[in-house]
Amino acid sequence: MSTIPNDLKYAKSHEWVRVAGDTAVVGITDHAQHELTDVVFVELPAVGRQVKAGEACAVVESVKTASDIYSPVSGEILEVNPAVVETPALVNTAPHTDGWFYKIKLTNPAEVGSLLSPEAYGKQIQD
Amino acid sequence: MLKRTTLYHAHQKLGGKLIEFGGWEMPVQYTSITDEHLAVRHAAGVFDISHMGEVTVSGQGAAAFLNSVFTNDINRLTSGDGQYTLMCNEQGGVIDDLYAYQLSDGVYFLVINASRIDPDVAWLKAQAAKFPGELQLTDASHNYAAIAVQGPRVKEFIDAVIPGPSSSAKRVQAVTDLAKNQIAGFKCDNHSVLVSRTGYTGEDGFEIVGNDESILRLWDKVLSLGKPFGVKPAGLGARDTLRTEVCYPLYGHELDETTTPIEAGLGFFVALDKGDFNGRSVMVEQKAHGAKKKLVAFKMVGKTAPPRPQYPIVVNAVRQGVVVSGTQSPSLNLGIGLGYVPPEFARPDTAIEIEVRGKLFPAVVVKKPFYRKA
Repeated sequence: MSTIPNDLKYAKSHEWVRVAGDTAVVGITDHAQHELTDVVFVELPAVGRQVKAGEACAVVESVKTASDIYSPVSGEILEVNPAVVETPALVNTAPHTDGWFYKIKLTNPAEVGSLLSPEAYGKQIQD
Repeated sequence: MLKRTTLYHAHQKLGGKLIEFGGWEMPVQYTSITDEHLAVRHAAGVFDISHMGEVTVSGQGAAAFLNSVFTNDINRLTSGDGQYTLMCNEQGGVIDDLYAYQLSDGVYFLVINASRIDPDVAWLKAQAAKFPGELQLTDASHNYAAIAVQGPRVKEFIDAVIPGPSSSAKRVQAVTDLAKNQIAGFKCDNHSVLVSRTGYTGEDGFEIVGNDESILRLWDKVLSLGKPFGVKPAGLGARDTLRTEVCYPLYGHELDETTTPIEAGLGFFVALDKGDFNGRSVMVEQKAHGAKKKLVAFKMVGKTAPPRPQYPIVVNAVRQGVVVSGTQSPSLNLGIGLGYVPPEFARPDTAIEIEVRGKLFPAVVVKKPFYRKA
């Protein structure tokens, strides 16, 4: 069973968002890391890059394949997680905490409202 | 509609993640590719290989016919022996790579790739129609299921799974008496199964071919009797990383109808001196004057994304070749790959670059294989 923390919002494409004021932290869900398994490489966007919601901005590589990660929200990349680049397995062991990907300054905070609630995301991954 | 093997429900029960491969719905992994890979390297793993094809060729003309369509010399085999060989078109391009076994005088058993069953059988039939000798050729793929049991500890439990002595092909007291590449028939609950000491992982191990009922039973028996020895079910993901580490070719990656065995570095399995066979003149020419491309193994330098099929190989800012297989090696914990380059860049220690999503990363050509069993 995948963990779905209550304090996060979710994208259909299996990213999570932790919103604090006009910034948010983004990572991939426990369900996503279960599906990917054995993350061996993470490529993150450059700090300062402007990304749009739904834009591919990171790559996660498992042994088998490379998968694009889409930004759930629009904004400017403020900070990326050096620990997950150094130790990609953090995505598997701590997807919602130490395995975070980047912090973003929201340019359109209203987008957060259209993300999935934990209940809705839980239902999506059951189907 | 994807085909399912007789072990489909067993894979589901074990939580296998199923994907399409060569027209079949097969498990890519059960728990994790890395775990399954390491189980095979250090203990044991069992793979469903029922998707693979089987062809029987028999008759007085069988050996001469097979020698005219395969690259290796079939006359090196006596009953109970097998060999790796390739089947090529007139231009020397590989139609398939396969194992050929001699079960008894004039009776041969071929194990071919799942994705190549139709082209192989069509080609063999067309060639047989032109062959003057006496010959029977049968595609028996639908009669057989198969498993591969691979890893250094397999020899400790396989004799309990399949008790000896053998009843056909190589006469041995026990499965573990088979030498590498040998094959024998064993009676298992009143059914006959063929067991060969072969595999696609670079480890010691056995491949077992039989009817659905026997293979279902043997799969369960391997998992239960092998449990104290650390056996795990292993999927196509681990099968691919294991074979990549030992540089075994995978049809559709290293091999295709426009690539010769010489270019693929498989000259050892081409018997140019045995008489004529399809593609021989091209291979003679390439052996004498060199081929235009050569398969190389390379390692990424430092921490980079793993190389993947179709990534460009760049030397001095010029695109010189292409990656055909690539992954993160679970044994070496490093990006490894195989690719085709012109021969001037094929020497070990040649510095090359791999283009990953528009960026270049350093790599170095190395001697094959990446991994050799202890």
